[in-house]
Amino acid sequence: MAMLEVSNIHTYYGNIHALKGVSIEVNEGEIVTLIGANGAGKTTTLRTICGLLKPREGHVKLNGEDLINYPAHELVYKGIAMVPEGRGVFGKLTVEENLEMGAYSRNDKSTLESDKDRIFTLFLRLKERRKQVAGTLSGGEQQMLATGRAMMARPKLLLMDEPSMGLAPILVDSIFETIKLINKEGTTILLVEQNALMALSIANRGYVLQTGQIVLTDKADVLSKNPTVQKAYLGID
Amino acid sequence: MAVETLSKTKAPSAVPATMDFNWKTAGRIGFIGGILAVLVSVIGMVETFDGRDIIGGVISMGQTVVVALIFATAFMAADRSSKTSPLFHILGGGLSGLISAVMLALFVWVSQLVNLREIFVNVSPSLIAILTFDKELPAELSAAVIQLLLTGLVLGVVAGVLRAAPIKIRNIIFSGMLWVVAIGLLGELIRTLVTGRAIEDQVAWVLGGRLEKGLSVNGAVSIFIFASLLSFISQTFGARIGKEVQTRRAALPATTQRILNGVILLVVFLVLWQLPQYLGLYLSDVANTVGLYILMGLGLNIVVGFAGLLDLGYVAFFAIGAYVMGVATSSAVGDGRGQILFSLNWTFWEALPLAILVALFAGILLGIPVLKMRGDYLAIVTLGFGEIIRIMALSDYLKPNIGGAQGIVGIQPIILAGQNLSNPISLFHVVLIACVIVGFVAWRLRDSRVGRAWKAIREDEDVAAAMGINLVSTKLLAFGAGAAFSGLAGAIFASKLTSIQPGSFSFIVSINILALIIIGGMGSIPGVLVGALALVALPELLREFAEFRLLVYGVVLVMMMLYKPEGLLPEETHKAELHEDENIPAESHA
Repeated sequence: MAMLEVSNIHTYYGNIHALKGVSIEVNEGEIVTLIGANGAGKTTTLRTICGLLKPREGHVKLNGEDLINYPAHELVYKGIAMVPEGRGVFGKLTVEENLEMGAYSRNDKSTLESDKDRIFTLFLRLKERRKQVAGTLSGGEQQMLATGRAMMARPKLLLMDEPSMGLAPILVDSIFETIKLINKEGTTILLVEQNALMALSIANRGYVLQTGQIVLTDKADVLSKNPTVQKAYLGID
Repeated sequence: MAVETLSKTKAPSAVPATMDFNWKTAGRIGFIGGILAVLVSVIGMVETFDGRDIIGGVISMGQTVVVALIFATAFMAADRSSKTSPLFHILGGGLSGLISAVMLALFVWVSQLVNLREIFVNVSPSLIAILTFDKELPAELSAAVIQLLLTGLVLGVVAGVLRAAPIKIRNIIFSGMLWVVAIGLLGELIRTLVTGRAIEDQVAWVLGGRLEKGLSVNGAVSIFIFASLLSFISQTFGARIGKEVQTRRAALPATTQRILNGVILLVVFLVLWQLPQYLGLYLSDVANTVGLYILMGLGLNIVVGFAGLLDLGYVAFFAIGAYVMGVATSSAVGDGRGQILFSLNWTFWEALPLAILVALFAGILLGIPVLKMRGDYLAIVTLGFGEIIRIMALSDYLKPNIGGAQGIVGIQPIILAGQNLSNPISLFHVVLIACVIVGFVAWRLRDSRVGRAWKAIREDEDVAAAMGINLVSTKLLAFGAGAAFSGLAGAIFASKLTSIQPGSFSFIVSINILALIIIGGMGSIPGVLVGALALVALPELLREFAEFRLLVYGVVLVMMMLYKPEGLLPEETHKAELHEDENIPAESHA
């Protein structure tokens, strides 16, 4: 059985039918990516999974347990953490306080320090800036912080929304290296990306979303060779 | 060229250091200064303030306002009119001062030609006399105008010279002037404080005797010299001493530091405890009002400062606390026609927990419908809630229970161990203890788990929810805690006056509390104290200001937002964020 089972979800914004029956499966230990153009419903899918939006139909199951009736903040306790789109760091809190907020759900002070140290070994720059206010970090550093903060909850499943957004290519490379590392250490990852080339290069499997529907799914290397995908998302003619 | 030799500042090499005199800017700023000076005269500020002398027989507070406006705008004109040349600074300042004076002179002239009083009731002969140095009008009109223009020119030139002077000298002179004005303003207060004490004679030498107004000339000069010296010393050695103290302090072990902090706080508390003996009845009463505002400020600070939920109806909880205290302890809740309807006759101490609890529940009750609202929408709904509570208190429907427009009389004073604590001096101690307790609770809450959750909600609700923060309970807790503090303040308020009417709980109270938080610094606990002193104590002590309170609030708030948006005593992180471009070294990458 898959770790995360999203089956046939329909999500609306008012009268706008944003997701028209999206189904996704993520197995334990995988990196799965969800690619698609602007407005295809990638972020909506992610926000539905983590409870910020409620679907009118369909189910989201984590290890067999239906999550639909839980409010968003309870899902953290079930093992789902999110790195929101546009980073969403707490601008007025320091780097360290941001990380502590990430561990808000855990409430065990004993392991807090060692967990922070673990994040600091993943992201050295954050360690240098631990007392700095997060709003003053550069875009790349904020992305590191948002990722580190989500990891502080020790999630089983990490949802990442466009980690490459607005970053210089060299930083995108390093962020994706870290994603691979996090995955290797045992966290399952569902990655939403516009940068399909990068996303498919590290993912095991991929889903292609188009106007609220899954139009294609396959192993990542197969997808990246698919002519439609190449033409539509990879810019290869 | 004379101009070039004079200009010592390094202009960018691309722009030659000649003729950058911007007389249009100087003229425009002078014009604005003149308009402002005429405005404060027309609205009656100058004349009202004339009753208080800064330096006895030399300059009154009313004249100070006009002088300060002309001077400040001239300084600004001197600053903007040229980037390079000290001569141009002086020229710009002079021009601006002169134009401001021309505007005032025009105003005086027009007031002689037509009867301005038909529209502007405050344009009285005594106002014109203040502006014309008590000259006999219209016979000496030209002499008055010439003196006015000269004064403006001199003021402007002095401002220009100060702008051209090195910053250190400028600071020294500014701080001297500020201190003279400040002590002059508070002279009456200081005189009442020392009356009948050993140092009365020495103080009288500086401030003038008990019957005089304003500072003596000796006093003004000595205050100016003393303040300038102080400024010189602090500028020269202040930074070094401050750093030294800080490093020594940081070198101490953590426990010693904590003990040191505790000792300092204890000393402050003991000093405050003794304070009412020196303050006397009136000032103690002012201090009590400040204390009640501090209590409310600490409460609203939780809602607005910590959790970022803009509440414009905060006075409602103050009213609820007061009315619960009133209904529970009044010996006679009547119908206003002399008929006593009922009396519960509880004591203050029995009713206090009830007042706090009812306010807390009211806070939660208000919180439930507005859970999904943010920003402007939340502000409007809470504003409505505040009005609903006030109008309910006024209503005929509830009149049998809470007295309607007549309010409630016969509320029990605070009695502890047979002693009536509701006189201003004893009440000060009650208020002080309440402030300490509430301050402590607010401080612990801020650094607690729930305090961090509030901050996270303030920043981004969705992300906060994704961190595992329960938005519903966290928000309701903020509303409830804030309301409970206000309920406590209301309960003390009712027992202090022993009678309450709906008129005491108008919208302006909410605005006062919000303004004091903004001025002190959002989310900052010491900021609440500073804000309450600035916005509650000062208008109370300088009664002339009370009439223009809203105008002064407006000006002060606009100035704060422009020059110190983080508040007077901000939270560290907030300050860092608003001034990030100044503090953080430039980043090399995106």
